[in-house]
Order: sequence, then C-alpha cells, then structure tokens
Amino acid sequence: MYPSRFRYEAPRSLAEAIGLLHDGGDDAKVLAGGQSLVPLMKLRFASPQLVVDINNVPGLDYHRADPDGTLRIGALCRHVDLERSDLLKSSQPTMASAAPLIADPIVRNRGTLVGSLCHADPQGDWASVVLALGGSVMARGPRGMRAIPMAGFVTGPFQNVLDPDEIAVEAVIPAATGTRSGGYLKLERRVGDFATVGVAVALETSGETVTKAGIALTGVGGSTIAATEAAGALTGRPLTPDSIAQAADLAAQAARPRTDHRGSAEYKRHMVHTFVVRLLTPTDTVLAGTGQERAA
Amino acid sequence: MSQALDEIKIGGLGASRKRVEDNRFIRGKGNYTDDITLPGMLHMEILRSPLAHARINSIDASKAWDIPGVRLVLTGEMMATRNLAWMPTLSYDTQAVLATDKVRFQGQEVACVVADDPYIAKDACEAIEVEYEPLPVIVNPQQAVAEGAAVIRDDKEGQENNVIFDWEVGDGAGTARAFEQADVISKLKLHYPRSHPSPIECCGSIADFNRATSKLTVYMTTQAPHIIRAAVALVAELPEHMIRIISPDIGGGFGNKVPVYPGYVCSILASILLERPVKWIEDKTGNLISTGFARDIYLDGEMALRRDGKILAVRMHCDSDHGAFFSDAQPSKFKIGLLHSAFAAYDIPVAHLTARGTYSNKAPGGVAYRCSFRVTEAMFFQERMMQAAADDLGLDQAEFRRMNFVKDEDFPHRTPFGFLTDSGQYAKCLDVGLKAIGYEEFRRQQASARERGRLLGLGISTMTEPLGAGNSREYDILGIKMFDSAELKVHMTGKAIVRTGARTQGQGHETTWAQIVSHELGIPAEDVVVEEGDTDTAPFGMGTYASRSTPVAGAAVAMVSRKIRAKARKLAAHLLEVSEEDVEWELGRFYVRSAPDRGVTIQECAMAAYSNMPDGMEPGLENTAYYDPPNLTWPFAVYIVTVEVDPTTGVWDVLTTVAVDDCGVRINPMIVEGQIMGGLTEAYAMANMQFITFDAEGNCVGANYMDYLLPTAWETPGFELHSEVVTPCPHHPIGAKGIGECAAVGGPAAFVNAVMDALSGTGVRNIDMPLLPDRVWEAITYRRDVSGAPPVRSDD
Amino acid sequence: MTIVYDDQDGQAAGVDVPVRRIKFTINGEKKIAEVEPRLLLAHLIRRGLALTGTHMGCDTTNCGACTVLVDGRPVKSCTMLAVQADGHEISTVEGLATASELHPLQEGFKEEHGLQCGFCTPGMMMAAKALLDANPDPTEEDVRWALSGNLCRCTGYQNIVKSVLWAAAKLRSEGA
Repeated sequence: MYPSRFRYEAPRSLAEAIGLLHDGGDDAKVLAGGQSLVPLMKLRFASPQLVVDINNVPGLDYHRADPDGTLRIGALCRHVDLERSDLLKSSQPTMASAAPLIADPIVRNRGTLVGSLCHADPQGDWASVVLALGGSVMARGPRGMRAIPMAGFVTGPFQNVLDPDEIAVEAVIPAATGTRSGGYLKLERRVGDFATVGVAVALETSGETVTKAGIALTGVGGSTIAATEAAGALTGRPLTPDSIAQAADLAAQAARPRTDHRGSAEYKRHMVHTFVVRLLTPTDTVLAGTGQERAA
Repeated sequence: MSQALDEIKIGGLGASRKRVEDNRFIRGKGNYTDDITLPGMLHMEILRSPLAHARINSIDASKAWDIPGVRLVLTGEMMATRNLAWMPTLSYDTQAVLATDKVRFQGQEVACVVADDPYIAKDACEAIEVEYEPLPVIVNPQQAVAEGAAVIRDDKEGQENNVIFDWEVGDGAGTARAFEQADVISKLKLHYPRSHPSPIECCGSIADFNRATSKLTVYMTTQAPHIIRAAVALVAELPEHMIRIISPDIGGGFGNKVPVYPGYVCSILASILLERPVKWIEDKTGNLISTGFARDIYLDGEMALRRDGKILAVRMHCDSDHGAFFSDAQPSKFKIGLLHSAFAAYDIPVAHLTARGTYSNKAPGGVAYRCSFRVTEAMFFQERMMQAAADDLGLDQAEFRRMNFVKDEDFPHRTPFGFLTDSGQYAKCLDVGLKAIGYEEFRRQQASARERGRLLGLGISTMTEPLGAGNSREYDILGIKMFDSAELKVHMTGKAIVRTGARTQGQGHETTWAQIVSHELGIPAEDVVVEEGDTDTAPFGMGTYASRSTPVAGAAVAMVSRKIRAKARKLAAHLLEVSEEDVEWELGRFYVRSAPDRGVTIQECAMAAYSNMPDGMEPGLENTAYYDPPNLTWPFAVYIVTVEVDPTTGVWDVLTTVAVDDCGVRINPMIVEGQIMGGLTEAYAMANMQFITFDAEGNCVGANYMDYLLPTAWETPGFELHSEVVTPCPHHPIGAKGIGECAAVGGPAAFVNAVMDALSGTGVRNIDMPLLPDRVWEAITYRRDVSGAPPVRSDD
Repeated sequence: MTIVYDDQDGQAAGVDVPVRRIKFTINGEKKIAEVEPRLLLAHLIRRGLALTGTHMGCDTTNCGACTVLVDGRPVKSCTMLAVQADGHEISTVEGLATASELHPLQEGFKEEHGLQCGFCTPGMMMAAKALLDANPDPTEEDVRWALSGNLCRCTGYQNIVKSVLWAAAKLRSEGA
C-alpha cells in the first residue's frame, strides 16, 4: 500500500495545471478526489511520474442550473454535494437516485463526478447516468475548450479521449424540454461494492408521450453501454406495459455481460431486464434489500 | 451489623460491568503492534509469489540491494544456509518460510526486504526479479487425488501423492446395520466454502534481538504468546528463557493470529542479523492470501430415519482442503478437529465419520474463524441435514428437532462419537425461540404470502459445542497439554493483580477476570487489574481461541482465588482469635459463626498477610493455579431467522433474527451479548456474501476487501437476544460455559435454512454458501441445486 | 533536530528525495511538516505526528479504520496524500476529548459496549461525529447509513448504533 515515487504539483489556476500537464507528457495524472487514483497508486497499478493536484484551483466546486435548465457540474463537485443537493432532488431524478449509491458515504466526501467520468471504470455508476441523460464533458487544454459528448468520451476500460494536456473541467447535462423522470438501480452485494449490474433510465415526457429517453448499463460490458435501441422503443409514445417490455428486452440484448464470480451472464442480462422494468413501472413491492437495491 | 456486599455493585458475577479496556481504546490510546516504535527500528516488506504452483529458476535481488535505505534482502536460499527455510507447523508438518525450490500457492512468501522505511522496502521488493516456471495447479480435493495429479509436497520424503491424512471415528459396522433398518434415508452433500477470519488489524511483529543481553523480544499479533515462545525456541534454536513474546493489544483475532507465520520468522532472523528492531506489518492482501483461512471442506452425509422421525444413525464423509502445508492449530489427536461433535445435541445411538485431508495450491490453514476446531463445519452440516431430513419426512422443522433432542434428564450424555455432553435444557431453548419468533403466526403469514407470490422463509438452527479444550487425557497441541493458568497477587491494601495465560483480542478479559476474583473474594472488581500477553510475566497458558478462555483460564482464575481465600481464612482465624472451623465466609468478609458481628474484611486479611501472620505461616497473599479441565463445556443455542426472498432478483432480506443462548452462568451479560452479536454477524456474512475462491490457475479471488465482502452496518440485520435459559456447567468452578463462537457456529445454518425454506416448493435442496443473489436466482429459476463456491468462470 | 544519512562514497544516500513543506492544523494545533509527495496522510498522522489512534486496516479504501475529519468532513486518510493536507484542518480521535471530559461519543461507546477489540472504533467515532454535527437527531437507519463506510468484525454493529444514539441524546440534552 505504498505508492512509488512521483513528482507532485498543486497549481492554483487551470492555466498553470494545463501547463504542467503539457510539459509533463504522457505520464502525468490529474488528481481531484483521488478516490480512484490513489488506490491504484497504492497498489502500484498506476505509477505516474507527475501528479497534478487541482484541488487548489478555485471556482471548480460547483453544481448549478443555468437559467435555461442546463445543469453544470464542476470538476471539484464532490459526490456528497450531489447526494445532498436539493436541486438534484427536485429536478434530476436519475442523478438524485444514483448519488447515494456511489461507493460509500466517506468516499463520497472526496470523490468527484467529473473524476469518475474521466477514470472510465466500466463499473462506474455516473457514466451510465450521464450517458442516459445525453450529457457531455467540457475539456480545457492549451488549444482551448471543447465539449465531448459522453457517448464518445470513453474509448475502453479506463481510457478516455482526453489529450494528455487536457483537463475535464465540467460535466454538462442538457436542459430538459419535457418533465423529467427516471432513476438508477444498482445491484451491489454490499455498500461500497462495484455494481454487479446497474441501470440508468432518464425520460422526458410531454403529457403522456415520452419525448426523450436514455438507458445506459453499468457492469455488463467492457465499458458503459448505451442501450440506444431500447431507449428508442420508448420514444414518441406513452409508456405502456408493451413499450416497457420491449425496452427491457432490447436493453437486455444490448448488454454484453461476462460470467464471473458476481454471476452468470444470463443472470446479469436478466437483471438488466428486471431493472429496466422496475425503473419504468412504479411499484411499491420492491424488496428493500440489504443495501443491494434501492429505487428512486 | 455490617451490610453484606452487593455482588452486582462491586462488579462480581452477573454484573454488566463497563469495560476497563475501553478507557484507552476510546481515546485512541490502544497499543497495537503497529503503534509501537522502538529506537533504531527498521521495516520489513515481503515479496509474494504471483503464481500458484511454479518452480523458482532464479532470484536476482541485486537491484533491490542498490536502493538507498535497504539494509537486508532475504531469500529462501539465505534462510536455508541457516536451516530456516522451512519450519515445523502446529500439526506436525513443515511449512516454507521463504520459498526455495518452488512456490506452492499464490501469495506465498518468496523474499523479504528490510529497509529504513516501509516505502523503501516496498520499492526494493518491486526491484527483485524472480524467474518462475509454471507447474500444473490443484485447487480442490478432487483434483488433488485425481489420477496423475502433480505432487505438491515433493519436498517431503515419502510423500507420493497429495493426501495428508485419512481419519475415522465412530462405529462403521453398527452404523451400516442401523441404515439397513431405516424407513427413510436422507442424503445431503455440501461445500462449506473457504472463508477467512479477516480481523481488521492484519498480522505483524516487531522482533528485537539485543546482542548485549542475548535476549530476543518479539512484539507480535498473537493469541497464544506461550505457544509462540516455544515455537520460536524450536525454530530459531534460541534458549526459551531468552525469548520474550509480548502480545500487545490485538485488533481482532478470530483464530487468524494463532499460527506461526513466515513473516514473524523473517523479522526475527533479520533482527538477529542486523542487531536492530525489525517491524513487519502485513497488508490486507498478504493477510487474506497467505494467512490461516477457514473452512473449505466438502461434506457428504446420510441420515437413517424411522418414519415417525426418530434418527437411527448418521454417517458423514469429509474432504478437507488444507492448502499447501498442514498448519492447523488444533488438538493433535484430531486430524479434522472436533468435526465429530456433529449431532451431539441429538440422541442418536450410532454414527460413523470418515475424513480425508488433502494438499492444494492454496494458502495453508483451515482451522480458524470462530470455528471451535471445525465445529462450525460440524454444526452447519448437522442443521442443514436436519432440515433436509425433516423435509424428506414431511415433518415440522421444530418438532423434528425436539423429538430427537437429548433430554434434560439424560445428562451427562455420551454421543456416538465419544463426547460427553455435560448439561442443557434444549427443549426449553427451542420453546423460547419459537415463541420469540412467533412461530405459528409466521407459518400462517408464510402460507398466505405464498399465495400472493411472495416468498417468506423461516430457518431453525441449533447447536451444542465442545468448548474449553481441553482435558490432558485427550487434548494437546504438539504434545503440550491444553491447560491454562492464573496468577493472583493480593497487595497489602487489598488491591490485586491477576495474570493469566490467555490473551484477549476484544473478549474483555481485563474486565471479566476481575469479576471472577470479585465473586470469589469480594474485592471490588475495580480494585483488580488484569494483565495478559507477556511471556516474561504471564503464567504459562495455551492462549485464547476456540472459546476456551472462560472454560479454562476463567476456571483457573476462580481456583487461584479460592487458594487465596483458603489462606485468608487462616489469617482471619488468627485475627479473630478463633479456630478456622469457627470462621464463616460471606462476600468479602470472614466472621465468627457464633458472633457474626465479629468479622474481618478480605482487605484486613491482606494487610495481615504482610504484617501480622500467625506463627509458621509463609507471608504474602499470592498464588498461581493451573487448571486441567475435567471435560469440555457444552453451551447450547437455538437460532431462528426469518427472511423474504425476491424471486425475480434472488436478493433476500432478513426480517428477524432470534438467538437463544444457554452458556451457563454469564460473568458479564453485556460482554456475552456482544460476543453473540459478533458471531451472528459473521454467520450472516458467510451465509450472504463472504467467500474466497480460485480460478483454474490458482488465482485467488477474495484477496482484498473489494472482493472479500464483509457486511457493513447497512446490510447487517438487528438481533434479538434471549438469555432466559441458564444451565450452569456442572464441572466448571463458577458454572460458566464458553460462548465466544457459538453464534458463528450455529448461525449460518439458520440463515441458509431460512432461504431454503422460502424456496420450498421449488424442489431445491441445497445452495452452497454464499447465498448471493445470482445463486439464489439460479436455484429458483432452474429449480436446481447450486453447488460449490462462486466459480471464477469466464465465458469467452 | 538532527537527521543523519548514510555516507555512500561521500554522498548522503537518500537525501535527494524531494520533499514538500506543508502547513496544516491537527486537533487545533498548527504544524509544519516536510513530506515526500507519496506519503499517505494516514502515515503522516501515525508516524510523523505519532498519533496512533488512527488505524490502517486494508489496502483498498474499504474498511474506514483510518477515518479522520478534514475540515469537518470524514475522509479515509489512507486515500489522501499528506501533501493534500496543506492548508487544511485535520481532526483525529485524539482530539475528541477535552483535557477534562470525554466526548459524548466516547462515553456512548463505553456505555453501550460499542467496541470489543477497539481497532475500528476511532474511525467509527469520527464518522459518527460528522453525522451528529450535521444531524443531531438521527434515526437508527441514518446511523447505519452514515457508518456504512466503516467495517467492524467484532460487534455486529448493533451496539455501535446504540452508542451513537446514546451520544446524540446526550448532546441534545446538553443543548449542544
């Protein structure tokens, strides 16, 4: 549990941070919450030569809604801030549902949503949520700022498209045009476990009609899976048992789970199906579970 | 007329006295091994094998030596030149300290580095280059005995296969005859998966060899300091009186801190070579992957039954996987521990048990984790078998057990495997439990819930277990008998210090031993300080594990207190100027029978021992007692759990857990309840989520807390504890029985039986633990048993 | 304060390792330390400051035995670099009691038998303190949720919950 040696810098501005990354080359890592990076370094699965700690860069620890409803989450916004957020509870059901399920209560005090997206762990929960909401990542580098849609942000397990001298500064959730609904269900064997299966559902409705839908899957593939066809089966019509069943089937088909000590591929596919149905069908007989399943 | 002392007020037996040890722990002033710093101390880290079975072709440590701050790099070859590459185990086998010819399990110790600071030691470990040549891997007993299997222990002369022992007990012929008479034969096969005690604190040692005095002092996370002193004397070939083992505060033991681990031996040799203190603290991966695991045994049994439910006979076979070295700490006569305590609570005339132990490419161990020497396995199999048999006969689970219980009036009772159970009120415990869980009402709710597609289940588990190893006729470890000891010194002002050969790791001895002294002598418990763990000052004992301390060391405390009281009586007679026959005792005071107002307190007697002795009496008021228990103590418990299972996801939720424990006289009810709740949590953990498993290459899954799942406060259910039934132990000086492990022994079957009960109607007979959601779902969906630990399969 | 290095052919071995100077407050006392970047905060606390009440129990940020408060928030000190403490306030178990009084949490753990081996206890108390600072009247469920990042092997948690609720009641009655 002892990291190997590295150079450490704690810049006080984004420009300084970007400059350090630019000079640092391929073997530099950004440190924000550190709840994913530091454990990897302690096990020596990651041994960066340079660690650029952005915790002293001011103005990054926010989450807020623009006047038009766009939600912006700064790079230093901690999971716990989102868990406690009245803004999320009142206007972002999928996010509010996921926030309490990230890691454990103490890790949530340090870890960040943006950091979690960048870490690109296939079993990361936020990636599914942001994907289902059609969100994007704002990256700043020497060449300026760019918006990277979540759908194209992750290229493989623990790999994202950021250039070595780019920093993700914000996650953006586009404004809703309809009424939001949805949630996140996570099958975890105990608090702090990675998801055996996680499903994020994000809907917008106008009257009875679903105008926008997003479904994304955690833990059932090499990276987060956007169940686009499944979401498509819901759009443009009301939610009915038929459309729900169709979406659930398609989502299960989109999953690419592996059989391992968390369960068989077949079970995981079945749980994707089950979670999609449960997220779309309000029910009061969901088993509370011993920390293993919590509904919105 | 003086007031009689109130025993509860002074902290005697039955007082829920607040704990003495808490005072330092709540302030963060505990003294755990890693908290200790000695002048000039160096730090040691271990390099472990990534492979489960491989020949070592070469080890190049040159780059490690070059790192500034590195003081020593030890390899197996270097250990071998000092005859220290191998060491004897507590089970008459040998174990590698550092690998020489081969590595035999993933995580095995290959080299170690001593440096100025543990970060540097770790850097140096990473710089050691080892060339391995992989060999075929064996990960279970079936593979171990298969035709053509690689011989793991080719280091042992004469070892031509992977079998460690074959053992049997009971009456094979008589049992076979009984089976011929059976109306119904119930069968059950199960695997008790590999688990690990995993106390939060890992193992470690600080070895300090003082060249000037030739004395070796070792601070060590050990539950049995005197055993360690003897082992170190043998292994390091140092004279026993020049070895001092100090067991400081221990952050949980559960059997994990009994064996001698290679890290301890390496730290000792390093200190001798460097003439400086050397600290070794393992990390959690080291602890989970290499130290004494628990269970991993395959049980296959049958029960011969009469149609009305009477059990006629039982036979069991067990295949136990001991890992690469047979290193269990258990009574030497019993190769498979006390597994043959199975079915002791039931009146069964004849039984037969066979056991085979095998080697595998996994860490050594098997006897650990609140198991009471494999009684966890025995009782788990017993209650799963009872459940299956009741189902096969179509009988009620509670009534089937009740009709087969040993009756109150039949004690002492000889079990078919030769144990003598001492006392109990089994039926009463069952009654208390059934009432507490609301048995009749629950069955009604269960039936009506089933009609609505909801699966509720109720599981019963009972256990009696042999605690307090043990009598010298039958029990020894490496030939050393398993007595224990207590030394009591009463100072002239009537305060006292008691030291024992036990070693608490959270069980509260600093609080409870004083309560026994208080009970026997009337000295307020707060006037008695308790010390354990330093072999230079503690009387010889065999340590604390297998719930043996209250039965044996606690008995010794009572006995030494009585020796003190006997001498105090003489002093009292002298002070009162009467003959001893005229002296009566009440708590804390001697008085003249014919003139009760005339008396002296125990404190006055203590002062007299130093200042006013009768002629011919040796001064002082100090003594020691060594206690060889006449028998084991046999607590009894009934655990009843209700659950709801979600058939769609396989997730199950505990509704209620009721525990009825009869452990005889309770020294400190608060502490006893704490032990029961701890055991129930471990039972829940094993039933629900905890496991270690291996893939075909011997890679270990469960070597860190991401994979080895311990329940948190969120998942862990609440517990309803009952203490109404108290059957004092007839042979223990204060009527107490062991209790520390009971709930871990009896608990798992209650949870599993509850889930299986919820699934009745699906035809599923068994799901091996852990009952993770995917396994329960598979059983329900396919109406089939789920066997074995979660496999590390991959389907690409 | 004198530090002595080994002389390796006229060069001080190991002295070239860059260290960083940090300033922080620990249990109300201001400190300056010089640390290697890779030093974990838990090790600064245990070794540099000799405050051994904060314990290390795992390598994967699960057990929570190392929990301390950083600016009042519970943090697993094994997963924070010491250099990151620069400019911040750290509270450990040693800072719970005053010179004359135990903190109600400490009293509660003793009253309700909330500890056995004591190893997880400091982490539990620090996490519980943060809970009670934010929520003076928690339910049992609130307590279990707040402590679900801290593992215990001995107690089964039931008495830990009772200990925290005992402390909450005492704090409320003191009008704290």
